[in-house]
Amino acid sequence: MITCSDAVKRLWEYLDATVDHETRDAIEEHLSRCRRCCGELEFAEELRRFIAGAADHDVPDDVMGRLTQTLEELEP
Amino acid sequence: MDPSATDRQEEFRRLAREQIPRLYSLARHLIGDDAEDAVQDCLLKAFQRYDQLHDATAASGWLTSILVNCCRDRGRSRSRQPEHVDFTDVEEFSLFRTIAYEDPFPYSDTLHLDFLREFGKEDVHAVLMRLPELYRTPVVLVYMDGYLAREVAAMFGDPLGTVLARLHRGRKLFEKLLWEYAEENHLLQEVAR
Repeated sequence: MITCSDAVKRLWEYLDATVDHETRDAIEEHLSRCRRCCGELEFAEELRRFIAGAADHDVPDDVMGRLTQTLEELEP
Repeated sequence: MDPSATDRQEEFRRLAREQIPRLYSLARHLIGDDAEDAVQDCLLKAFQRYDQLHDATAASGWLTSILVNCCRDRGRSRSRQPEHVDFTDVEEFSLFRTIAYEDPFPYSDTLHLDFLREFGKEDVHAVLMRLPELYRTPVVLVYMDGYLAREVAAMFGDPLGTVLARLHRGRKLFEKLLWEYAEENHLLQEVAR
């Protein structure tokens, strides 16, 4: 049995699947009966999506042009 | 020139060209305005060491590790002082609880989501750039670029526990900086909604 404080401390590790089986089971047992920690879990998941969603793979044309040119000009 | 060497160079160019958008995005979040220079450094070093890459499917991680080191070199030359953070308050901070307690949007049924919706991509970038490099790198690699913590550990020869500890501190600090950024930039004003 773990407390809210312990569960919340390990939520991100739980989402990252970097906790051991025993900790994972304890967190899942806690989440099954604690609405507040479920809210924290949902927010942690949302925050992960939020960071991932800020990735931007659009390269300005002039930058792409210069980097491509660098590649073409590479000599051993 | 040896035809096989020419083929290898062309293979490298093709492979690297496909990776440029991802590498540039990564560099932008790791080193900011020096991103283009860092990617140039990375392409040059990777070209020189291409014979060390024996499996093309590992190219993405291999290029990433070279890029991160290029960004670190550039970061070190920019600033000689290691960035110090006092984690006393950071460890106790919870963005979830702070949003609930401060209740910036009293009429919202989705308070926490509304808080995150106030941030554009450039805002997130600005907050990430406030993280010290030691914590920013694992946060960006894992949560933005999708690497596993153990892959990051293997990439740089760090113990997994070290990477996990930096990720933990990086996340906590990111949450606190997110809240501070929102306050500084007046993202929490109900009148703006």
